[in-house]
Amino acid sequence: MRSDLLAISLSGLLLTSGCTTLRGTGDMGIVVERADGRVKVVEHTGNTELASISGLGDLSHASAVYSRDGRYAYVFGRDGGLTKIDLLKGAIVKRVMQSGNSIGGAISQDGKLIAVSNYEPGGVNIFDAESLQLIAEIPATYDDGTARSKVVGLVDAPKDRFVFSLYEAGEIWVADVTQPENPAITRYRDVGKQPYDALLTPDGRYYMAGLFGEDGLAMLDLWHPERGVTRILPDYGRGEEKLPVYKMPHLEGWAIAGNTAFVPAVGRYEVLVIDFSNFSEKARIPVHGQPIFVMAQPASSQVWVNFAMPNNDTVQVIDTETFQVIKTLKPGPAVLHMEFTPRGERVWMSVRDDDRIAVYDTTSFEQTTQLPVDKPSGIFFSTRAHNIGL
Amino acid sequence: MFLILIVLLSLPVMDVVADSSIPTAKRQGELLHLLRHDCGSCHGMTLQGGLGPALTQEALAGKPMEYLYLTVRDGHPDTPMPPWRGLLDDTEIRWLVTQLMQGVQNP
Repeated sequence: MRSDLLAISLSGLLLTSGCTTLRGTGDMGIVVERADGRVKVVEHTGNTELASISGLGDLSHASAVYSRDGRYAYVFGRDGGLTKIDLLKGAIVKRVMQSGNSIGGAISQDGKLIAVSNYEPGGVNIFDAESLQLIAEIPATYDDGTARSKVVGLVDAPKDRFVFSLYEAGEIWVADVTQPENPAITRYRDVGKQPYDALLTPDGRYYMAGLFGEDGLAMLDLWHPERGVTRILPDYGRGEEKLPVYKMPHLEGWAIAGNTAFVPAVGRYEVLVIDFSNFSEKARIPVHGQPIFVMAQPASSQVWVNFAMPNNDTVQVIDTETFQVIKTLKPGPAVLHMEFTPRGERVWMSVRDDDRIAVYDTTSFEQTTQLPVDKPSGIFFSTRAHNIGL
Repeated sequence: MFLILIVLLSLPVMDVVADSSIPTAKRQGELLHLLRHDCGSCHGMTLQGGLGPALTQEALAGKPMEYLYLTVRDGHPDTPMPPWRGLLDDTEIRWLVTQLMQGVQNP
């Protein structure tokens, strides 16, 4: 509230001095144009493009996190590039090549550190969020200590921690970065085969890694790390033939509603419902394809789901009270990602093979507008600045 | 008479086989798009690798055509590589593997 008043009085000052460009970033975001190494800066009040920023390298699996003031986006490129973008200026502030091949990143609770998870060489690099100076390297070694594992599912956790999973090693690591130049690592071994992605519940308590190589999820209770990693839904799908998975599911935008969580099944055309009171399987909801993102609409009992090819022209909406699919939408060819406006009245969807963003009203389920964007993939609104684990 | 009939019937079939030994130009474009964007979700859009290995000409050097063909067709056990036979036919898989072995240019 106080900052709002400050912003108002500041804008008043600047308006009287003839400057009309002052704005907040709370309704801004970026859309990745992956084929061109470019991001679009957008705003979701008027649904417009504000700027186009080139020179970000290979963005084939790019993701982004935000500074706590919502002004800067940190974009993690596939080619190991880490790029800091100024939303207000629509320009690159700083860019470093920090590895050969990276997959994602996180920003610390206090906003001072950026962690990047790398495939090649496998590990996590930690940077100063202001300068992008390298502060520490955490090699993800396993077995005899020379092999290095790809790192996935990197999230920020409360109390100066980053948590991540080692794909080949089948481990979860917690890095305490109270002393950033000297991270203290706690290793959890044998958590399950091939963790492929992970998430943190919005309260910062439960870290869950999805497993590709076997059934279930590996869970670490960060309020009680001494209890170790436990397996949930271990018997899910046992003995059943799996369907081909043409794209890895993501656990980034997972959905919690009340005491239940909704996650993509692997190798089955189902969304799994987990009862959080005892971590048991509550339901399996049949859906249109292999789910990729299963995301809660923030202001309703809706969970939205998109799918892997060849079913990726479709999005389905599930009611979290009845566990029924209540709507099936066909936004267009290759819907890669969805992002809700902060209060959920609209959703932006990347329709890659139609080179556009489709904006849908979440009440009427009608498309309200669209924006031309070349091969759009990830959409990241600045609201993420204030969400743990995003 | 019977033999002649067989020969006659088989002529157009032979033509079709010859024509379908490589995908149509339109389909080739679709396959390259699939390679870059869908295979690319694991192997990288520039095929430099990701969760899956790099698919550059150098990375594939020395690997037999038949091994690559079978990997694409049937998938690779114990890895996330799925069998593509449900989405691609043999001709398309062989054409894609040939492109990879010759090196796919980035746009």
